[in-house]
Amino acid sequence: MSTIAFRPRSRSYQGWPGYRLLVRDPLRLDCGIDFGPFTIAFQTYGALNAEHSNAILICHALTGDQYAADPHPITGKPGWWQTLIGPGGVLDTERYFLICANVLGGCMGTTGPQDLNPATGEPWALSFPVITVRDMVRAQKRLIEHLGIDSLFCVIGGSMGGMQVLQWAASYPECVFSAVPIAAAARHSAQNIAFHEVGRQAIMADPDWCGGRYLTLGRKPARGLSVARMAAHITYLSEAALHRKFGRNLQDRHAVTYGFDADFQVESYLRHQGSTFVDRFDANSYLYITRAMDYFDLAAEHEGSLHQALSGTRSRFCVISFTSDWLFPTAESRQLVHALNAVAANVSFVEIATENGHDAFLLHEPELFETLRGFLAGCGEHRGLGR
Amino acid sequence: MTEALRLERIGARPWVSATGANELRGDLRLIAEMIEPGARVLDIGCGDGTLLAYLTRKKGVDGRGIELSQSGVNACVGHGLSVIQGDADRDLDAYPTGGFDVVVLSQTLQATRNPRHVIETLVRIGRQAIVSFPNFGFWRIRLHLLVRGQMPMTDLLPNPWFETPNIHLCTIRDFVMLCDEVGVRVERGVTLDRLGRPYALRPHGRLANLLGEQGVFVLSGKRQ
Repeated sequence: MSTIAFRPRSRSYQGWPGYRLLVRDPLRLDCGIDFGPFTIAFQTYGALNAEHSNAILICHALTGDQYAADPHPITGKPGWWQTLIGPGGVLDTERYFLICANVLGGCMGTTGPQDLNPATGEPWALSFPVITVRDMVRAQKRLIEHLGIDSLFCVIGGSMGGMQVLQWAASYPECVFSAVPIAAAARHSAQNIAFHEVGRQAIMADPDWCGGRYLTLGRKPARGLSVARMAAHITYLSEAALHRKFGRNLQDRHAVTYGFDADFQVESYLRHQGSTFVDRFDANSYLYITRAMDYFDLAAEHEGSLHQALSGTRSRFCVISFTSDWLFPTAESRQLVHALNAVAANVSFVEIATENGHDAFLLHEPELFETLRGFLAGCGEHRGLGR
Repeated sequence: MTEALRLERIGARPWVSATGANELRGDLRLIAEMIEPGARVLDIGCGDGTLLAYLTRKKGVDGRGIELSQSGVNACVGHGLSVIQGDADRDLDAYPTGGFDVVVLSQTLQATRNPRHVIETLVRIGRQAIVSFPNFGFWRIRLHLLVRGQMPMTDLLPNPWFETPNIHLCTIRDFVMLCDEVGVRVERGVTLDRLGRPYALRPHGRLANLLGEQGVFVLSGKRQ
């Protein structure tokens, strides 16, 4: 059916950069299952200092991975936060020890639905337990413990990464010296759940999805996953950005063709986004991770009170939003800031003016960089890392 | 004008202090001197963070700020200060009662939508509130309006009427009357003259309302 090259069963991850940690003790998941042993794939940059006080945990977004500053092992593209990370960079590898781990349920080396279920010898597929953002964070906590780090200097991330940051601050307040949730929210909104549902339905409507058993059957729901990505990608941009980039410009032609070919540049762009995505991402992982985001509601664990959820925090927060982000709008960040104010937390809040929409956290935004640099320097002083 | 006025100079040259407080703008110098070392301070309308940075550096306060302008907030956070983007009307209600030792509102009250609620909130979230504002009863302003018949513009009120953010200008007398009305106690009131020299005054004094270009007031909550 599919003309796209089929990658047999689970990926081998052989020859990929980074580390893989086998966690033997099972993890009690929110759904009630004791899950494990499992693997966490992670990457590090820089070196841990003698006091173990300079570690920064970077949390990736829905379709991100641990390769924040490495070329992607499949696509060869630069790391998703390459612009921030490096010697002398905002996330200075000469100063900080950076850790970035693939989330539980992911498809880049941490155990996820495409890996083999040891009980059956087949890929987990839909028998993989439904995981939550808190489960992801629980898994990361195991990794941090394994690395001998009692307290992280900073936990930072955008979008779903920002959700993990907030979960860290709520679940392990004593382990988080500073927290930077970017373009995030304390809960997933109805609109966002709706968009995710469109994506999931697109995947499940693909005949090659086969009830999730496509790996066992040697198929791949590339079209469904591609449509899911296309729909989602629109939500990462803004009307202004789309207009600036593409307008109504036509793709390699002078007139419309009166057909359903990609006449417009924006169509061609989206199709490209969709088709390159399926090369690197697993459809079932997409289902599981979007579900984890949908379930995220920090206040729900505390009788609906966000104040309560954050009441134990001692972290220094820097909440960042973008003016044109309509997926995680500034209002969501402001709500979070109000809750943090209510518990007298130490919080900074910056809204950055940009046309780049939700994706702005991945792009070169000078004000974002300056804010982060200043915030981390200020925290570094309080942490005894010097300025 | 029958009221006895105490125009009492505070110190010889109080605005030039050994700690280098002379880096600060007139009213901020005075405010900085009013704040105890190590206090928990919320600076509302903190601008580019000058006062917060000074207090943090020189007095070791635990300082937070709120600033409306994005450029101001970014400058503050970029310098390691804890500042949120927001304004006094919208973002104060979330703060817990008694969360701060001192809440500072400098040259901002006149730009808020609901100054009455703001004043009440200041003394709720702070044990003390320090409020500074331009005195619209200042003789030059009165004279300007009387003689020229136009909206006054001064160093503290530099914008023409059609683009000023100051929607609720008041005189010192107005301010003190409002404090009385809402049961907020005026612990101390100081006027600054044109040269930024502070004078202690009876808060209800009429001469102060005429001579002071700006007022700096220390407030506290309803009488227990």
